[in-house]
Amino acid sequence: MADHEPQTVPLDAWHRAHGARMVDFAGYLMPVQYDGIITEHLHCRSSAALFDVSHMGQATLAGPAAAAALERVVTGDIAGLKPGRQRYTLLMNEAGGIVDDLMVANLGHHLLLVLNAGRKYADVAHITTHLPAGVTLTPAFDRALLALQGPQAAAVLAELIPATTAMRFMDAIETTALGTDLTITRSGYTGEDGFEIGMPAAHAADVATALLADPRVKPAGLGARDSLRLEAGLPLYGNDIDESRTPIAANLGFAIGKRRKMTWDFLGGAAVRAAHDNGAAERLVGLRAEGRAPVRAGATLHDAAGAAAGQITSGTFAPSLDAPIALGYVRADLATDGTALTATLRGRAIALHVTPLPFVPHRYAR
Amino acid sequence: MTEIRFTKDHEWVSLDGDIATIGITDHAQSALGDVVFVELPEPGRTVAEAEACAVVESVKAASDVYAPLAGTVTEHNAALADEPGLVNKEPEAGAWFFKLRLADPAAFEALLTADAYQAFVQSL
Repeated sequence: MADHEPQTVPLDAWHRAHGARMVDFAGYLMPVQYDGIITEHLHCRSSAALFDVSHMGQATLAGPAAAAALERVVTGDIAGLKPGRQRYTLLMNEAGGIVDDLMVANLGHHLLLVLNAGRKYADVAHITTHLPAGVTLTPAFDRALLALQGPQAAAVLAELIPATTAMRFMDAIETTALGTDLTITRSGYTGEDGFEIGMPAAHAADVATALLADPRVKPAGLGARDSLRLEAGLPLYGNDIDESRTPIAANLGFAIGKRRKMTWDFLGGAAVRAAHDNGAAERLVGLRAEGRAPVRAGATLHDAAGAAAGQITSGTFAPSLDAPIALGYVRADLATDGTALTATLRGRAIALHVTPLPFVPHRYAR
Repeated sequence: MTEIRFTKDHEWVSLDGDIATIGITDHAQSALGDVVFVELPEPGRTVAEAEACAVVESVKAASDVYAPLAGTVTEHNAALADEPGLVNKEPEAGAWFFKLRLADPAAFEALLTADAYQAFVQSL
């Protein structure tokens, strides 16, 4: 998509009217910030932040045994996903690499998939190749998706959409409210309690305006979304995970269903099983750096003896911690908490150490 | 009155005798967003014109700050280590970055005037 003019999201004019600075992200003009990344980040941790994530791809999978069909290409237990529940899972390639990470919700009559913006077209092609006759994947990429995240998100939404009061973490519902049909999941990408709300594009501005009318809610851009997800230790596809990394190396073994670990009968399952049984050569770890200078993606890591140790895949300044944090892959023997490493930043060695994830505790409404 | 000139790299330069004080413009801090770290050149360092000699880090990215003219660093603003956010609050006052003893003070005249810099920013 990079060769084309970036596309606009349904809320493009709404964002500009609310003071957003727009940037090209994954082929879409998206708000990177409104008031400032740190302000928006801290507001999400203390109250409620409204994000537009309409660049992400919503799609439905329907047909007899749709769940079993999807299991051919993902790691999760989808057949065991009860109606009204959502699950994080991994779309795999033949070599055991991660094609995308996605959310799957069982809405009863079909499954709802939420795909990463930069991967959604490739995902649909990949999944479709492996579907049996009678199971249909239907992109709904024109739908809008809003995320309301933060400790006040549930109280805000309860006043506008009463059906959400009965939801807990990873529940999924369809409901009619605010003048339109909505798909709502109690999930997100910030480590906070919160919801993602899907709707027809034509209703996005009305829904966003209704949410923002609550004084507890402020808009937040992709800049805060990135620092929030990194504090929460959540990987970003394309940075921290990609087709060259197995779920084991990425510390995403939890996304392989228990039943799936008995049979490993998903695309790439044999390779993932080998990594599971024998260990991966590198592991994704959390890293804290000394000082205040952020150590960013691409920086190489060295061990105490000066030998190559790995590479940073995401790094930022963590507003909640007032300190730099990073994710990176390190040699498996260096992946234990407390291991001292160095990164070279502008010709100088910066001391880092391996840190448990998440950096900031999750506060999901389990 | 001290005259202030500008560069196309969005630095401001004020001159007092042969000592130039350098910082980044309000336009630059606004474009960068929240500044979380500033790395400054040590006093005594000799820099060439256009040499990268300071770094300003926002949440999102690192950006170089260049020496607007050749000279020797005489001082840097230690307050920015403790309060990098000062760059957002007072970019063209309290948040100066470093001072240079210019190798050729007359070269200052070649930098952009305030009007020329404003016109340059408008053209971006």
